[in-house]
Amino acid sequence: MTGILPIALEEATKVVQALLLSGKEYVCVMRLHSQVSEDRIKAVLDEFCGTIYQRPPVRASVKRRLRTRKIYYLNLLEMDGKNVLFRVGCEAGTYIRKLCHDLGEVLGCGSHMRELRRTKAGPFLEDEGLVTLHDISFMFTLWQETNDEGMLRKFIYPMEKALKALPKIYIRDSTVDALCHGAHLAAPGVLSLETGIKPKDAVSIFTQKGEAVSLARALASTEEILKMDHGLVAKTQRVLMPRGSYPKMWRSGTRLGK
Amino acid sequence: MSTTKAPWEEERKLIVKAEEETDPHFGQNPDKRPPQDYIRFGVINLDKPAGPSSHEVTAWVKRILSLERAGHGGTLEA
Repeated sequence: MTGILPIALEEATKVVQALLLSGKEYVCVMRLHSQVSEDRIKAVLDEFCGTIYQRPPVRASVKRRLRTRKIYYLNLLEMDGKNVLFRVGCEAGTYIRKLCHDLGEVLGCGSHMRELRRTKAGPFLEDEGLVTLHDISFMFTLWQETNDEGMLRKFIYPMEKALKALPKIYIRDSTVDALCHGAHLAAPGVLSLETGIKPKDAVSIFTQKGEAVSLARALASTEEILKMDHGLVAKTQRVLMPRGSYPKMWRSGTRLGK
Repeated sequence: MSTTKAPWEEERKLIVKAEEETDPHFGQNPDKRPPQDYIRFGVINLDKPAGPSSHEVTAWVKRILSLERAGHGGTLEA
């Protein structure tokens, strides 16, 4: 198993939760147990697109209960005898080893996974800033020796990148610190937001400067939020920004009156 | 065939609800964070080698960069 493994550092470890839930893409070599025609493979791959049932394999870190997973696409890349190379885009938590096994069952010949490489993890791509352990070690040492910040920025991304696939809500400066203290987001704090938000969707809350403030669960749709002038629009799930990054503009405890 | 769209294929537009200037005295564009903060709020797109587990590789990165915490996004153990 090789491929993309996003690693979040220090404070950024809090965004891991968003990455775990984001879709993945793999390139996989599947080994058939007997010859099958290319047309038949293509037909079965097509059949597996959409929502599938999957029981996690014996060696799995989750309970082995039948569950559904979405397969976004499943494309045949190459065939060489009993080896089948395909690319699959899937929901988080899809087991490709199991997918190969199940494809074999439907094909009738049986098959197993031979090799796997992850080519996408949420917003992280294979052809964009992918680094090896050697690169990291080399560039980090170079930064320490030369103090050239450019080196760091070559292999580390701001954590905000990990949130690219989540719909965003941008808020006022005066709202930021309250959220950093765990408050939920109310309508007056919202400056702008992205289309397609539905109640219960995972969203990310941003400052106008593009810094991530928190991960939240939407309580209303984009259209509703635009019309609201009071009330909560998103429930805070995980605070990403340290308290005190923005000034405290909210009152706490007993109200002193106007 | 199905029409389920992958999350990264979803296109979203930004709609403005209210306008306000942001105060340049606090906060900063994530790309402009000073080096120490840039690391603390950073994510690496690592090409995991075959062999060691995701956890082991994460621990190595932690050691190379002498960090206290690091976490990976999704085990690569199929």
